[in-house]
Amino acid sequence: MANKPELMPGTLDMLILQTLKRAPLHGYGIAQSIRRVSDEVLTVEEGSLYPALQRLLLQGWVKAEWKMTETNRRARFYTLTAAGKKQLGIELTKFEQMVAAIGRVLRAAEEAG
Amino acid sequence: MNAMGRWWRKVKLLFGRETFAVDLDEEMAFHREQMAKELEGEGMTPEQARVAAMRQFGNTTRMRERSHEVVGFRAETVAQDMRFAVRQLRKNPGFAVTAILMLALGIGTSTAIFGFVDAAMLEPLPYTQPNRVVDVAASTPVFPRGNLSRADFEDWQRMNKTLSSLDAYTGAGYLLRIGSVSQPVPAGRVSDGFFGTLGVRMELGRDFRPGEDKPGGPKIAILSYGTWLKRFGGRRDGIGQTVSLSGDPYAIVGVLPQNFSFAPRANAELWVPLGDKGECENRRSCHNLFAVGRLRDGVTVEMAQADMKRVAAQLAIQYPGSNQDQGAELQLLSELIIGHARPILLMLLAGAGLLLVIACANVASLLLVRSESRRREVAVRGALGATPVRLVRQFMTEGLLLAVAGCGAGVLTAGGMIALLKALMPQLMAQGPPFLRDVGIHVHTLLFAGAVALVASGLLALTPVLRLALKDIHTALSEGGRTAAGRFWRRLGANLVVVELTVAVVLLAGAGLLGKSLYRLLHVQMGFDTTHVATLQVMSPDKVYPKPEDWARLYPVIKSRLMSLPGVQAVAFTSDLPVQCNCDTDWIRIEGRPFHGEHNEVLQRDVSPEYLPTVLKARLIEGRMFTDMDDMKHPQVTVINETMAKKYFPGEDPLGRRIGNGKLDPKSMREVVGVIADIREGAPDDDPWPAEYFSIYHGPDDNFAVAVRTAGDEEALLPEMVKAVRVIDANLGVYGEVTMAQQIDNSATAMIHRFMTMLLGAFAVMALVLSVVGLCGVVAYSVSQRTREIGVRMALGAQRSAVHRLILKEAGLLAGIGIALGLGCAVGAGTMMKSMLFGVRAWDLSTLAGVAAVLGGFALLASFIPARRAARVNPVEALRAE
Repeated sequence: MANKPELMPGTLDMLILQTLKRAPLHGYGIAQSIRRVSDEVLTVEEGSLYPALQRLLLQGWVKAEWKMTETNRRARFYTLTAAGKKQLGIELTKFEQMVAAIGRVLRAAEEAG
Repeated sequence: MNAMGRWWRKVKLLFGRETFAVDLDEEMAFHREQMAKELEGEGMTPEQARVAAMRQFGNTTRMRERSHEVVGFRAETVAQDMRFAVRQLRKNPGFAVTAILMLALGIGTSTAIFGFVDAAMLEPLPYTQPNRVVDVAASTPVFPRGNLSRADFEDWQRMNKTLSSLDAYTGAGYLLRIGSVSQPVPAGRVSDGFFGTLGVRMELGRDFRPGEDKPGGPKIAILSYGTWLKRFGGRRDGIGQTVSLSGDPYAIVGVLPQNFSFAPRANAELWVPLGDKGECENRRSCHNLFAVGRLRDGVTVEMAQADMKRVAAQLAIQYPGSNQDQGAELQLLSELIIGHARPILLMLLAGAGLLLVIACANVASLLLVRSESRRREVAVRGALGATPVRLVRQFMTEGLLLAVAGCGAGVLTAGGMIALLKALMPQLMAQGPPFLRDVGIHVHTLLFAGAVALVASGLLALTPVLRLALKDIHTALSEGGRTAAGRFWRRLGANLVVVELTVAVVLLAGAGLLGKSLYRLLHVQMGFDTTHVATLQVMSPDKVYPKPEDWARLYPVIKSRLMSLPGVQAVAFTSDLPVQCNCDTDWIRIEGRPFHGEHNEVLQRDVSPEYLPTVLKARLIEGRMFTDMDDMKHPQVTVINETMAKKYFPGEDPLGRRIGNGKLDPKSMREVVGVIADIREGAPDDDPWPAEYFSIYHGPDDNFAVAVRTAGDEEALLPEMVKAVRVIDANLGVYGEVTMAQQIDNSATAMIHRFMTMLLGAFAVMALVLSVVGLCGVVAYSVSQRTREIGVRMALGAQRSAVHRLILKEAGLLAGIGIALGLGCAVGAGTMMKSMLFGVRAWDLSTLAGVAAVLGGFALLASFIPARRAARVNPVEALRAE
């Protein structure tokens, strides 16, 4: 695990929201999903995941309810709310702007070099 | 989501705290299980998988805390700090109790004193808009605040343009007949609008109506609330009843409200309209009234004063004979009533404030010592991940907790102290200012206590923080919190002790100066023998004794009755007893001297022949005293005092000179036949005034004092005297029985002086104890920090006495600096309270030396204990212990 890249700061909330866009998931499912989808590149630390979920709950971007899993275990499922969808849109736009900006800086540096 | 919604959700979570924790735990457990299952799928044993999952998952508690932090309020960690702080304090109850007691003492005392200051300064008078009510008086070159004559009052009332109303008052005394006994009651005579000007509404009945104060007006009276309760049982049908005042029937028309008070006539039991003009009120030159006015809107005291001066100047032109040099003097009524109490209250407040400073300094240094001994704990907590902010907050919480507890205890203490002070307050003082009734714990005092507590908690919270911030936690840990031994702190602690000692010196010196001043006051030269003299006052009703000849007939009867009492050696009569006031004066003119209408004011006393030589044992300087022959059938003569002889007859023999009134009326002329050494007629701290004595047989009074010299116990004689005079005639009012010694001891000045000395003395003693304890603590701490150094010194051959000296020197230096600074400040403080001192100067050497010696002695004693401990250090143990 040592060489895995750190999650970019500020992106965890966005990733969680994006993951929940497809389907309601429990905490473990969210972590798994992010790992799988990113081809094991991105790992969500459990230490950050649960505080982040509480934060999202508090903002009203997700809501939580206890449901049964396919294996008949009780688990807490998080669902994206309408406000969460809007927030995801905002964050995605911001992120894309930032990526584009970083890209421009990098290209400029290359050309100069 | 808006902030409101977020906050609301937090609040909901706060109450669903249990559910939140359970949910989170279950959720995380589920997470771990899933991880373990996954690992099992990769080929681990269930046990290995569980452990691996746990390891990967990390510190559950920490995670739970972080989730909590997200949803929790900041206040919750504060609550945590609070719980921890309480635990810390409970672990160390000695420290907590000491600190809280000190704070309670400091906050309680200053709050209690503030209660009085607040009552005196902010809500002094129970009137409507009291800051619009002014005291109006006539001024002369000698007398800045003098009485008005009735004629002047009527003109001032008519001619002024700045007052919406102006009303006069004066004192009066009546004999109230109840059953078979006549009791003298103090009363007030006022003009019709007096209560309206003050803005007072009657509790019952009605006010005086316009015009009822004219000569020949109705005989009506308004009762004070207390009198209504006492004499009429608080019955509503008291209104309309008739009372007999000195033989005249008066109808009661109204009752004043309970909170009414009028300090210039504080003891008035009832009020009547001015009504008929007596002999004095028919003359413009006879001044017997004071006045109160209400300022018109937008008018200042200065404007009103200028206006009144204009009126006075106009009258001076119109009536030069009586009104020459007469001006007007206006001030706020509240200034007149409480002005003299202000410096006293401020001084006491300053004293209490200083005590508070000491208490805070002491608690702060206690906290410092504790933070020093907790450096390791802090270092460990820091190493385990507590952020500096969190640590600082912890210490601040502890400081705050102490301050809040101290403040709470302080408010309780203040309540107790106010009750105590009210009980101790001299009767005269309590009777005078009306505000004292309302002193207590209420909004203002609580706010003050809160503000003090806030400052105190700020100080207490900041001291350890200051201390921590300046120390690197890691060095503390590696050094084992030992060698650096807080040189900074020792200096800070030492500085605090110096402050405490300085303040203690100031308080001690203040109390010392007041004490000495009190002693001087009580031992002032009275000019007569104050022992074995009993006195009482007699008032004869006009109806039974209408003429001066009738009053004169009373003297021999009373004298023979009293002479028959056992032990009585002499009985005498006087218009005014000594040590009362420099009042009851007369304006004189000396025959054969140039005269331009100056007001030569002298005291005037009517006395019987035995009064000066036998009862008071006054010293005759030249000439003769009075004899029984000096009565109405013989020409008037006078005996003057030394001050008068020096002032009006410098370098010549006054005997045989003649004195008269301003016009040298033949009827007023009298010859000086004797000069006596000064008898103190005024208050002990007043300068002696020129005084003229007349024979009471020449001009009898209907209200006079009886003075008796006895061989036995004068106090035991008083009731006998009262009984003996009452037997003569039940119509006579007999009151004010007191021994001369009591009267001097209880003079207003002496009482107020004694009260102040007592309070400031108590403050000083507390300050002494606190500062000495503080010094002891600092030195003891320093010894504990230097144990190793002392061990080394002793191992290298230092004698125990040398160690002893080492510590004493340190303590001595602190005490020396504190005392030196304190003495400097004490002279300054003494200068500020100069007006309150009598016969003592601010730099009174013996007082200052005494204070320095007392404090130095105690400081030595306080440092002796730790010094002894230091000298007893076992070098082997000291070196090995660390």
